[in-house]
Amino acid sequence: MLSSDKKWEPRIIAFFCNWCTYTAADLAGVSRLKYAPNVRVIRVMCSGRVDPQFILHVFASGADGVLIGGCHPGDCHYSEGNYKMLRRFMLLKRMLKKMGIEEDRCRLEWISAAEGEKVKSVINDMVEKVRKLGPLGIPKRISKIDKEIKIIEKEINPEEAVEHA
Amino acid sequence: MYSTNGNNIPRIGFYICHCGHNIASIVDVVEVQKYAATLPGVTVSRDYKYMCSDPGQELIQQDIKEHNLNRIVVASCSPLLHEHTFRLAAEKAGLNPYYFHMVNVRENVSWVHDNKEQATEKAKDLARAAIKRVFFHKPLEKKTVQIKPDVLIVGGGIAGIHSALTIANAGKHVYLVEREPTIGGHMAMFDKTFPTLDCAACILTPKMSAVKSHPNITLWTYSEVEKIDGFVGNYKATIKRKPRYVNEELCVGCLDCIEACIYKEAKYPDEFNLGLSKRKPIYIPFPQATPQVVLFDPETCIDFKSHRCKKTCIEACERNAIDLKQTAKFEEIEVGTVIISTGFKTYDPKLSPQYGYGKLPNVYTSLEIERLVNASGPTAGEVVTRDGKKPESVGIIHCVGSRDEKSNKWCSRVCCMYSLKLAHLIKEHTGAEVYNFYIDMRTPGKGYEEFYDKFMNEGVHFIRGRVAEVTDWALVPEEENKLTIRVEDTLIGVVRRIPVDMVVLSVGLEPREDASEIRRMFNISCSSEGFFLERHPKLAPVNTFTDGIFIAGACQGPKDIPDTVAQAGAAAEALSLISAGKIELEPNTAQVIEKYCSGCKSCIPLCPYTAISFKEDIKKAYINEALCKGCGTCVAACPSGSITQNMFEDEQIFSEIEGLLKFAGIELEEKEVEHA
Ligand SMILES: Cc1cc2nc3c(=O)[nH]c(=O)nc-3n(C[C@H](O)[C@H](O)[C@H](O)COP(=O)(O)OP(=O)(O)OC[C@H]3O[C@@H](n4cnc5c(N)ncnc54)[C@H](O)[C@@H]3O)c2cc1C
Ligand code: FES
Repeated sequence: MLSSDKKWEPRIIAFFCNWCTYTAADLAGVSRLKYAPNVRVIRVMCSGRVDPQFILHVFASGADGVLIGGCHPGDCHYSEGNYKMLRRFMLLKRMLKKMGIEEDRCRLEWISAAEGEKVKSVINDMVEKVRKLGPLGIPKRISKIDKEIKIIEKEINPEEAVEHA
Repeated sequence: MYSTNGNNIPRIGFYICHCGHNIASIVDVVEVQKYAATLPGVTVSRDYKYMCSDPGQELIQQDIKEHNLNRIVVASCSPLLHEHTFRLAAEKAGLNPYYFHMVNVRENVSWVHDNKEQATEKAKDLARAAIKRVFFHKPLEKKTVQIKPDVLIVGGGIAGIHSALTIANAGKHVYLVEREPTIGGHMAMFDKTFPTLDCAACILTPKMSAVKSHPNITLWTYSEVEKIDGFVGNYKATIKRKPRYVNEELCVGCLDCIEACIYKEAKYPDEFNLGLSKRKPIYIPFPQATPQVVLFDPETCIDFKSHRCKKTCIEACERNAIDLKQTAKFEEIEVGTVIISTGFKTYDPKLSPQYGYGKLPNVYTSLEIERLVNASGPTAGEVVTRDGKKPESVGIIHCVGSRDEKSNKWCSRVCCMYSLKLAHLIKEHTGAEVYNFYIDMRTPGKGYEEFYDKFMNEGVHFIRGRVAEVTDWALVPEEENKLTIRVEDTLIGVVRRIPVDMVVLSVGLEPREDASEIRRMFNISCSSEGFFLERHPKLAPVNTFTDGIFIAGACQGPKDIPDTVAQAGAAAEALSLISAGKIELEPNTAQVIEKYCSGCKSCIPLCPYTAISFKEDIKKAYINEALCKGCGTCVAACPSGSITQNMFEDEQIFSEIEGLLKFAGIELEEKEVEHA
């Protein structure tokens, strides 16, 4: 278990599609390529399954970055799921920006089943970039905001605030 | 049907595999196992040397029975390798197989990291996520689909021919689709084949005729797959049969029309002979072409250009087989399985200008020499230079477009052997001095090293070194009117200039130009060089990631004929599917929860399979499970969260995310499990 006294390490959650990127990650393994241990992969059938809510939930749960990996355009096992993901991703990126989440923290990459090397380089690159950005710490920020709200609530209406607590 | 072992309270069995040292040398498996044991819901936690072995599986089965387990998590290799194995093990012990989840701690952890502490940490996170996830697993029924018995084979080289005959002989129907006017592929161009030097035509032509006459084979040459839809067991394909302007049923291959053609002399480069000879606008690729049917080249036939030909060919045809109005025909077929055997193309040596191909007339490719040494080739087997002279010396340059950072990195596997073969044949036909310029001699295979030995003793010269250039620039009188090969002989450490009359470039093997289109059409993958990717290099070499689509021959990677034929065992895979008659598909389809559906229709255009329709009467979306392939795109897009995907439900993924990120222990209260 990572306790807070340990040196901070970026925590990145990846969603890899089963057919291209997950297979590429397997290939990276079989080829014994070494890359940064900061990424945890969740397998989905297609990048089209990645719901923006997953990404928000990942950030809200304390991750520092999200990586989505799908097949190259035109190569999706389900013809165009990756394209649907791309459209969503474009919208989501704007929203994340407004929320103050830097661009490098959320990344969409096309990695084919043959590109084990790319899994390695993308992960290493992303880990480095996120490391430079430092911890995102959404849960902490939220709890801070919650505390502030509670204080304000107390000031406005002391009785009700107690009830809430 | 399955016991759910009193599913209200999850009783999880967690197992972590050492995989010999593969996992255990980097991940502290005992620590992970001990850690998992502390997590809520975990009843049994164990580590074992080889989980996938029989005793490993039995361990799980015994625990299911003894400890009344109702969820299984195995941390070992990639689910793409052994998910099926463990599901089956759980199922055998009476548990629904979908109560199982797999954690990849080998390909995703131990093989890619070398810091023990961090790798163990990562393994723990992944284990925790899976343990959280299985709380939300549900029992599912597999979907069974029937396998249509007919097979489509694309490409009629030796790989396609051999596969077609194997399947047809087993009593199943085959559609063999070949793009060229004849089957045979590259092998039909050769005179002799290594390592036995037996005549290619003698082995190949009987097989080609067998294909043509087999009652179970429908042969469509000069045809291409236009479209394919469907899924394993149930593919629908449209085949485009290009017009030959000759009725295939009527033509008997008498060739009278060719004789009668208004062109008395052949004028146009003959594709089959790689332009080394000429043909008429009406032609047959080579004497043993299968089918024995002529065809027109509309680009060069006068009648197609001006409609003013005397049409002597039509007059000559007793059977009225010529039909200049013929148009492309489209055939619709339904097949259960597909074998792709589209072969390779050779490297274009113009891309390595230092060898002078295309500029210096007497620089040939190996494939051209195959035609020249061929008794039925453009020179009736005479090896002569472009000016018709017998060469006194010939240089064969190996690895052109192979093992080279600038062109292709891979070894093409057949070039050393065919270069030896050509050296021998050229020597036999001309008595010339033959020099082989090689980087390394690669002759692994039964009888191959012996083949090499034989020619060393035959007096063929071997010079080790990558050729720097081929030039017609003479420095000394002996080089006048010759091609000079400049090379560093790395065995004696000097740069040599060797004048020869003829240069042969042993070009490497490459993916076909349209490999990428074929790959997309059939929904398969390519490896980084562009050859088709097999599901597993050792365990499933002819399978692809798409069920029911197999690959055979050199389209999967450079191969010689013996290996190609061995790989045509793809046929066996297709046959085993057919004889099973059905296949079980993953039940990862999506459904609409009607009560939440608002009828907004945003999901409908997202589905590439038109599986979603709109029920007008109740104003709700409806997913046809038979058409759904389980990508989950609609699930992610539904604004009201009313679509769920089996095996990838929202709460399963959310719990995985939480499992990965919560550093503290999981609170038991969180597991509000909804049970079916
Ligand atoms: C110069 C040379 C010499 C060789 N000598 C030897 C030898 O002596 N001994 C030996 O063992 N091996 C030899 N080989 C290797 C041998 O050629 C291959 O092993 C063999 O041809 C592979 O067969 P295949 O059926 O996989 O591919 P191919 O022979 O390439 O056949 C593929 C077929 O598919 C068709 N096709 C392609 N795309 C499509 C499409 N989209 N739709 C429909 N049809 C399509 C093609 O027209 C072709 O007929 C040699 C190779 C070369 C280059
Ligand atoms: S299957 Fe890879 S992105 Fe759709």
